[in-house]
Amino acid sequence: MKFTKDHEWVSVDGDIATVGISKHAADALGDVVFVEVPEVGKTVTKGDSFAVVESVKAASDVYAPVSGEVVEANDVLGSAPETVNSAPEADGWFARIKISDASALDGLMDQAAYDEYLTTL
Amino acid sequence: MTDETLKTTPLNAAHRALGARMVGFGGYDMPVQYEGVLAEHRWTREHAGLFDVSHMGQCKITGADAISQFERFVPGDYQILKSGKQKYSLLLNTDGGIIDDLMAGKPDHDGLFVVVNAGNKDEDFAFWAANLEGDATLTVLDDRALIAIQGPEAAEVMLKHEPVLAEFGFMDCARLMLFGVDCFVSRSGYTGEDGYEISVPAADAERIWNTILEDARVKPIGLGARDSLRLEAGLPLHGHDIDPTTSPVEGALTFALSKSRKEAANFNGAERILKELAEGPSRVRVGLSVKEGAPAREGAEVADLDGNLIGKVTSGGPSPTLGRNIAMGYVPPAFAELGTELKVLVRGKPAAAEVVAMPFVASRYYRKPKA
Repeated sequence: MKFTKDHEWVSVDGDIATVGISKHAADALGDVVFVEVPEVGKTVTKGDSFAVVESVKAASDVYAPVSGEVVEANDVLGSAPETVNSAPEADGWFARIKISDASALDGLMDQAAYDEYLTTL
Repeated sequence: MTDETLKTTPLNAAHRALGARMVGFGGYDMPVQYEGVLAEHRWTREHAGLFDVSHMGQCKITGADAISQFERFVPGDYQILKSGKQKYSLLLNTDGGIIDDLMAGKPDHDGLFVVVNAGNKDEDFAFWAANLEGDATLTVLDDRALIAIQGPEAAEVMLKHEPVLAEFGFMDCARLMLFGVDCFVSRSGYTGEDGYEISVPAADAERIWNTILEDARVKPIGLGARDSLRLEAGLPLHGHDIDPTTSPVEGALTFALSKSRKEAANFNGAERILKELAEGPSRVRVGLSVKEGAPAREGAEVADLDGNLIGKVTSGGPSPTLGRNIAMGYVPPAFAELGTELKVLVRGKPAAAEVVAMPFVASRYYRKPKA
């Protein structure tokens, strides 16, 4: 699992990236009450907002950590958005993206680097 | 770490000891949540929530002319307000816009005790300092904390500390010794629940806070849940749902306009306000039930069914009690009737909404049975 500075995580299997938000981000948001996941077939560009996660208090953008085509969205989040709080780095994934440029993964942090990064915030 | 530019309340250390997540709010370092907004919201609706609202402004206006001077800038009748009662009112500018909303009462025989919003308090106090004439003196009570206990079990909890509080009805207030110190107490709040607001000396705030928390029915509640409770109660938030451009008529706050004062038309903005009462305002605050999709928050546009933009949401979010999204906002009166079908645009996506009555969740203020 790799992490972005915006607190998304990516898990890569072949050319498919599963994307969610980190436990740190989910904890910071508090109770998640609504998640807007991208539509299947949508092309996303690294760095663009591709999903929205809402807590009681606020809406927050989730940025695509890679470019590519959305091949699957986690529809569970439509009826159970709290999954983002209970299992942010597992069942609370947002979408699967077919990666168009694998080099996008190069700049991402591994768990140790991300944990280190969190201490600097 | 505390942001050094933020002010702290006398309860700052207590919040940190309880593990609160702190945020900057109205210039203060305040707890947004302890265990979580949803849990805290529900606890308040079912039991009793304890809130630190010390960031709000407290003052006294005293002197022989205190009440007549105070009345010059608010549309409520405080001359006839009985001792031991308080009343919600609005500080108006000369255009009839709402500089602030406030609670003012007569807890003792010494003028008015007034509570104003945190974000406006410096402006409010400066306004009164500059405009009060004759024998009327403003005393800012910045050496006091303000604690609110809200919820269906709040009264029972407080009875243990002071039996006389049981005899208070909604909007009763008093100055009395509580927890061994001089307090101003009112049976009011801003959550729609029964409860009390207690002004205590700053030096005693932490002791009193911890004493009230010893009761298992009470949990500390952050500003996050305070806002969602306030929204469910249909109560406007100054700076969001009402502001210096909004009149009391537009803000659906005409209950704050006393009959005698309307007849006398002797308050700031009376001309505009009376005209709007007679002819209708151009926009009015309504409650919206958002029937699908994401919560519609402040700034979301409101459209009619033909897609014409007609207004804006001023606050909104999920209602933990109702399990659906609610909002308040402004629309022209032609669209304000209950049951009117509208659309709200969240991130450009239209979602079905309906004008509904406020409060969204029925209020449970305690009104004494008539003798």
